[in-house]
Amino acid sequence: MRLFFGSCFALVLAAVIGLGATWLTLTRGVAFGALRIGGWTAWPKSGSVDIDPYARAAIARTGELPLGTGDGVAFYARSDDAGNAFDGRCTFVISGVTPPARYWTLTLYDPEGRLVANMIDRHSFTSAEIVREADGRFAVSVAPRARPGNWLPTGGIEQFVLVWRLYDTPIGVATRTTKEGPMPAIARKGCP
Amino acid sequence: MTRLLLWILGAILLGGIVHLSTVLAMPRTAKQDAYARLAALAPVNAVALLPAPSAQAAIMPFMDPAFAVAVCRYDISSGPLKLNTPVSQAYTSVTFYTRNSVAYYAINDRAAGRRTIELNLMTAEQRAQMPTEEDVTAADRLIIESPTTTGLILLRALAPEPGLMPMARRTLAGAQCRLEEARP
Repeated sequence: MRLFFGSCFALVLAAVIGLGATWLTLTRGVAFGALRIGGWTAWPKSGSVDIDPYARAAIARTGELPLGTGDGVAFYARSDDAGNAFDGRCTFVISGVTPPARYWTLTLYDPEGRLVANMIDRHSFTSAEIVREADGRFAVSVAPRARPGNWLPTGGIEQFVLVWRLYDTPIGVATRTTKEGPMPAIARKGCP
Repeated sequence: MTRLLLWILGAILLGGIVHLSTVLAMPRTAKQDAYARLAALAPVNAVALLPAPSAQAAIMPFMDPAFAVAVCRYDISSGPLKLNTPVSQAYTSVTFYTRNSVAYYAINDRAAGRRTIELNLMTAEQRAQMPTEEDVTAADRLIIESPTTTGLILLRALAPEPGLMPMARRTLAGAQCRLEEARP
């Protein structure tokens, strides 16, 4: 009898541990080989056959197609450089210089990867359409209400994700330091 | 007490096995992966232009709205595939994915170095069967080996400004992907 209860207990506990760990790793986005520059994180290996099993499982679950390594690399940010989580009711400013790339795009999504509805139908900026300072630097305001200059509307949603995609770039699996790939700074500029 | 600890230890070990096997099985069992999402829209071995993602609807999550996207859902079990795509003024790329969304090859217009990107897709066996002299004449065409017989080819053209999107879509409308005719 004790053996029976013991094995039942062990099996249930094993299922909870196993499935719980799988669910946690797939929803939290655990993947190896992350490249962190400032508040930005990329997984360059996810765009090649060297993709790890966790990233493969996560991609199969969400239904997205990763950016191929020969195409470009995608950097994700869910919080600013100081660690404040992105809140669509606050204003965040992204500024500075970008790593070398033929083109880049900056896109705002909700945490599930959907575009966010807004009045001016603006979901992203490309490197060609951004308004720059005379010295080539730029600033993008990510805010719920209209801003002068480059304004990326948040639609006032609670959480959002920014994705910086660099196309035709030397940044990738071999990149190690911030010097090789300077990414723009992200700072919070006030919350209501 | 020791008995309980042993049961817990066993449960943790078994839980680890359950965790690893579910992670490894996920790509094969997922019902809503990219291939399944595109199967309804894209015919086999033909190029289909995808609708642009919007806040209301998107075929896949995390699509870049600055790009026009076309897809060729391929099945090369009966022979190699030829892919031709004109390149847009700004930036065009072609990415190959296996049935389980692993990107195994990607090339952009600059790496291809021409006005059109021309590629031949075949399995390792089909490549081995190619007559050697033909291999030489076909050297100016890029040959890609697919690890699986089915998969996805994603053609993407950048619209640097929203106004250039119709042009990017027109570029991809000129793309072709079809099975090579059987040789006599």
